[in-house]
Amino acid sequence: MHRTKILDHVILLIGVFIMVAPVVVAFMTSTHEAADIHSNGLSLTWGGHFAETYKAVLTREGGFTGKITGFNMMLNSMILGLGFAAGKIVLSMLAAYAIVYFRFPLATFAFWIIFTTLLLPLEVRILPSYEVMNALKLTNTYTGLIVPLLASATGTFYFRQFFKSVPDELLEAARIDGAGPFKFFIDVLVPLSRTTMAAIFIIMFVYGWNQYLWPTLMTTDEGFFTLVRGIKQILLVWVGSNIPDYNEAFALAILAMLPPVMIVVIFQRWFIKGLTESDK
Amino acid sequence: MSHAGHSSSPSPLTRGEVSAADDGTLRPSAKAGRRWPAGWMTGSSGDRMDQAGAKRVQFSSPFLPYLFLAPQLAIIFIFFYWPSAQAIQSSFYLEDPFGFGSTFVGMSNYADVLKSNEYLGIARFTAVFTVLVTFFALSIGLLLAVKADGVIRGNSGYKTLLIWVYAIAPPVAGLIGMMFFDQHIGPIVKLAAWFGWDIKVGLDYFDTAFAMIVVSVWKQIPYNFIFFLSGLQGIPVSVREAAALDCRSGTRRFWTVVLPLLAPTAFFLLIINVTYALFETFGVIDVMVKDKAANNPITLVYKVYMDGFRGNDLGGSSAQSVILMAVVFVLTIFQFRFIERRVHYN
Repeated sequence: MHRTKILDHVILLIGVFIMVAPVVVAFMTSTHEAADIHSNGLSLTWGGHFAETYKAVLTREGGFTGKITGFNMMLNSMILGLGFAAGKIVLSMLAAYAIVYFRFPLATFAFWIIFTTLLLPLEVRILPSYEVMNALKLTNTYTGLIVPLLASATGTFYFRQFFKSVPDELLEAARIDGAGPFKFFIDVLVPLSRTTMAAIFIIMFVYGWNQYLWPTLMTTDEGFFTLVRGIKQILLVWVGSNIPDYNEAFALAILAMLPPVMIVVIFQRWFIKGLTESDK
Repeated sequence: MSHAGHSSSPSPLTRGEVSAADDGTLRPSAKAGRRWPAGWMTGSSGDRMDQAGAKRVQFSSPFLPYLFLAPQLAIIFIFFYWPSAQAIQSSFYLEDPFGFGSTFVGMSNYADVLKSNEYLGIARFTAVFTVLVTFFALSIGLLLAVKADGVIRGNSGYKTLLIWVYAIAPPVAGLIGMMFFDQHIGPIVKLAAWFGWDIKVGLDYFDTAFAMIVVSVWKQIPYNFIFFLSGLQGIPVSVREAAALDCRSGTRRFWTVVLPLLAPTAFFLLIINVTYALFETFGVIDVMVKDKAANNPITLVYKVYMDGFRGNDLGGSSAQSVILMAVVFVLTIFQFRFIERRVHYN
């Protein structure tokens, strides 16, 4: 019995090592100088050049046009993450409210229209989506970056599920007190949904921040690049150079993962709840 | 609706939480393993599909519900239905490369795609890639979840350390992977050289595929871990105790009691992992291949992207999109039918 427990811990520690070590190495290596990395390889020790590298990555103007900084990209990522999460919550709460709390002829039809979006991920319709965005003149705008990603049902179902678990008595009581649909929504449902909203917000922020394919298509103007989208540009610039800026590439990777990782670690409980009960 | 649990229940990782349905039957991981909204399945509990909402009391208003639905529906129509219809339409046309209109060519785009050896080769690679990524990500996730469920000391520490990689975007994972497989500085390359294997990612087809699979699996382990752990912890204490009394061997108990109870979670994850390997690995592949698909392995989605955006072949790319749509569609229908049967397996 005792021995199997030790074996369990060994397996878990190997698992933790595999999951954590690459990122620790990436971080440690990012604090070394590029030439140092080039001759000595990746590193597990502190290199002492943390401040220079990260300052350079955040503030130096780079890219082909020479006007985008790491800080700009971080800001764009933030706009995408927050905009997507907020948009998702507003849209899906309203839609779920209509479906659960109203009796109207087209309810089932609306439900199916929304439901169908679960069947096809964005990836299978990238080119036509791009054409539509072109027709609407939305490429290289924040609207074009965020809004099309909102066209899915996931949040709506989560809120629908939650609203259905809210006791019917609340609505009965509210109606006896003379509350209309707006008052009930704002004074009763929204306060009740706070935990649900937080869970959804975390999942959606991480999802939005980590978008890659859509921003790659939608933004050709470097002013709109997100950190995650900028990764490939960094790699492309590297291909020709003698001593690649390994340190800066790693620093950029660390910056690109920092906000979502922090959020997942800090709000782990809500995150897991949101994830296992809604799937995205 | 009883089968799917309610989202108001406490955190799914609370140990020993009983997820037995109201009638006392056990439906252990239906809660964790749910992609479908409850009520979508016309199930055992008399939930009627013609009533998407389920409130005894409802507001009735001639225009308010439409007002609330309008933003969501507008976005779905413009950014989902319109492009999807467009994809289907342009898959039957041949676009003039200089932008002077297009000609109807019937099924010939499909025929071209399906007859192309290159496409079939990519399809074959995609299949192998998907099977390997799904298999390894699922089994490692399950192994870690079972072990984490078994230990008491350090449980939450392990949990945090094992799930946080979930928050890393695929291309970022790809970038880190590239470094570990780098010709000059990559430790994995050095390790492999020690065994006489000269890894050349980006040059050698097999080596690139290997690196892609390793990175894709690494990125997906946390997701599977979370769901398996949540499924395991949803198994009621009473069932565990009964199983422990009946069966002393931990290994046998795992195969005969725990795994069958996890089956719905596992199936749900199977579909999610297949979808992940097909679509979400785009970032990993793009970072590793860097637009030079020539001798490198790529997946079908990457091919759609290359043909559409690099090759400007609208018709062919659309036909490929529609083929992929069909694949996803079949997959989802399959999932729905299977889950419907599996969740009520008792």
